[in-house]
Amino acid sequence: MRQDSLFNLALYFGGFVAAMIMVIMFGILFKGSVLSIKNFGIHFFFGEEWNPPMEKFGLLPFVVGTILTSILALSLSLPFAISLAVFLGIYCSRGIVSNILRHLSDLLAGIPSVVYGFWGLFFLVPIVRNLEIKLGIMPFGVGIFTASITLAIMIIPYMSSMIVELIKMVPRELVEAGYSLGATSFDVVRKIVFPYIKSGVISGIILAFGRAFGETMAVTMVIGNVNSVPKSIFSPANTMASIIANEFPEASSGLYLSSIVYIGLWLFVITFIVNLLGNLIIRKFRVGENES
Amino acid sequence: MNLRFRLLFDKAFKIAVAILSISVIVPLILILFHIVSKGVSSINLHFLIRDQNLSESGGSGILNSIVGTFLLITIASVFSVPLGIIAGLFLVEVKSKFVEFVRILVDVLHGIPSIVIGIVTYLLIVKPFGGFSAISGGIALGLMMFPLVVKSTEESLRLVPYSLREASFALGANYVKTIFRVVLPTCIKGIIVGTLIGISRIAGETAPLLFTAFGNPYFNINPFKPVNALPLVIFNYAMSPYEEWHRIAWGASLVLVGIIFLLNMTTKIAGKKWEVQF
Amino acid sequence: MGSSILKIRNLKAGYGKKWVLKNINMEVHKNKVTAIMGPSGCGKSTLIRCINRIHEMVPGALLEGDIYLNDISIFRISPIEVRRKIGMVFQMPNPFPTMSIYDNVLAGYKLNGIRLNKTEKDRIAEEALRKAFLWDEVKDVLYKKGNFLSGGQQQRLCIARALAMYPDVLLLDEPTSALDPKATSMIEELITELKSTITIVIVTHNTAQAARVSDYVAFLYLGELIEFGSTEKIFTTPSRKETEEYLVGKYG
Repeated sequence: MRQDSLFNLALYFGGFVAAMIMVIMFGILFKGSVLSIKNFGIHFFFGEEWNPPMEKFGLLPFVVGTILTSILALSLSLPFAISLAVFLGIYCSRGIVSNILRHLSDLLAGIPSVVYGFWGLFFLVPIVRNLEIKLGIMPFGVGIFTASITLAIMIIPYMSSMIVELIKMVPRELVEAGYSLGATSFDVVRKIVFPYIKSGVISGIILAFGRAFGETMAVTMVIGNVNSVPKSIFSPANTMASIIANEFPEASSGLYLSSIVYIGLWLFVITFIVNLLGNLIIRKFRVGENES
Repeated sequence: MNLRFRLLFDKAFKIAVAILSISVIVPLILILFHIVSKGVSSINLHFLIRDQNLSESGGSGILNSIVGTFLLITIASVFSVPLGIIAGLFLVEVKSKFVEFVRILVDVLHGIPSIVIGIVTYLLIVKPFGGFSAISGGIALGLMMFPLVVKSTEESLRLVPYSLREASFALGANYVKTIFRVVLPTCIKGIIVGTLIGISRIAGETAPLLFTAFGNPYFNINPFKPVNALPLVIFNYAMSPYEEWHRIAWGASLVLVGIIFLLNMTTKIAGKKWEVQF
Repeated sequence: MGSSILKIRNLKAGYGKKWVLKNINMEVHKNKVTAIMGPSGCGKSTLIRCINRIHEMVPGALLEGDIYLNDISIFRISPIEVRRKIGMVFQMPNPFPTMSIYDNVLAGYKLNGIRLNKTEKDRIAEEALRKAFLWDEVKDVLYKKGNFLSGGQQQRLCIARALAMYPDVLLLDEPTSALDPKATSMIEELITELKSTITIVIVTHNTAQAARVSDYVAFLYLGELIEFGSTEKIFTTPSRKETEEYLVGKYG
């Protein structure tokens, strides 16, 4: 039927456009970085110096900054996210307290990154500054530590709602069987629930890592904008995302702009791989679920 | 293991979990408290209906940013919703290996950092067309909204039971009519809710706008010119050294969080009220 | 013996690589109720889905053989015409959830793009709902959506929806298996009332129901037509061992 095949064509067009978005993005980033790639190649990744006036560009300070903040943020948020998930998924899955907590967690997740950054700048930074004074370090206030805390707060609702969904997938019969064998709730959580959702949790952590990796605004506002490899977690620094946000407007020369786009390309590729991995793992978990 | 010890440990575990969970609220309350207490002093009718013209007496307003935010959201929706629905239909209706490939790409697009999307839009649109504009900002936001619309379309379509399609076929409708007259109307509310969720996510995005919409101290609804938006105001004014500008940023934060909060509430209520029974 | 309105000749049907129906030959008599019975998986649902040509809409569907409606092959005319003449009611009641009761009854016209004026619409809707024994219960709430109706009422709505198209044949795929006994008996009464104006083919796994409502019975087993005959004959003196064992309840 003509109507059917026209419709099918429209659908394929939609699917094609959806796929092309990623292809085009990669293409544009690549094209924009060509100059910088020609100059630095892969060594860009390990270059320690970012010196625009001297036209020396290297990624390492920002890679270290990004990895440090992401890992620190994940570690800080994990215990809270898991606790919240266990609380909402097992101990308190219904009722007023559960609803309130869930709504509040959603509210937290809805606050924009830039507002988190703003709050971090005026609330966390003074606190960290005092802490640094007490510890006898340079009281910048801003730096990796502050950025990690801010990031951690942002990740918690995201991770916990993901884990709650996973917990809900555990069949009731398994949990009840555990209890009827005399297990305590801790045993059930540790030996039945979490082993069951293990791959889902891993995928969640990977995806949250990807999110922390690419988070821009909140980090930009509290990380201190310093372009050298951070020496400690209290050093001000920059992440791959924040350097772009800070210096893109100033990138005057061709090589400067190209190097910034090159950073964007690296960010794109890394988050692409991380997200691909996370999605594939959770897909396998869900398929396994459907088959059982 | 000793039973008493296990029971004690279990109790300790429960308490630890409860404490950690409730402590998640602490930063939320702090942040909200901060925003409200610092922002409320800026909010008055004046603030909301004036533009960002600092030299005027009575201080500056954020009208142009509020309008800009709505303009950007509208442009983003125009780009992402129709395309997103078609792509969602593609993922559900077409049977081929290509579909799985596209689905993965859309999922990965969801995780691409907003600043990268900003760069791409700059290189793709701002540079060739020679200037910042609301349209480029809207497209950047649309790119971020797209995966959300696709996902919610896909999920809503899957909720429609096959027997409804069979009933439509049995009455003599062809495939296309069945989709447009039965399947889509049945799940359109889910798609709308998904779109609203997408809007509430992009309303607060700043990074994609830094090099596209760029900001504009004057009132502007011309999509071909740069435009200001609430997140941009917050960013720019927060990072400035002026106390007065910080106050404005807090006010803008309060307005922005308020809008997002309202959107979230609407989504939750609409989601509940519009649940279609089968 | 009435005339045959449907003639099924050497019908084979399946999915993917598997044939579910193997060489079915039978006839359906006009204005009579023909029951198709058999254990699960014997192909009953597939058979009636071949008759109104929705079997072929499933990806990977296999189909061979022919079916004649009033001596014309249904594969020579457009499937849409076939479905206007052969209506279907499904096992789970499935009124369209976004339409009112009134619109649901007339859904066939809307979906086929046939425009009617209000008078015609009202007439058709009332007639269909009366035939389905539902008019009195819904006449005051016609413009409300049907999700508050009970299962039995929803199923009668689906029957009205099919009847509104004035089909020659009505196919019922286990129409009462999801309903309570009271609703079931109302629909069985409805079937008996309807058969004077329309031919009915009913798939059922409930042998007592087949005995109650049907004039003819076709017994299917593993995709083959084991036996076909008048209900009285099949139930009292079945000629095949498999039929007898099924009726006695040896397998279900």
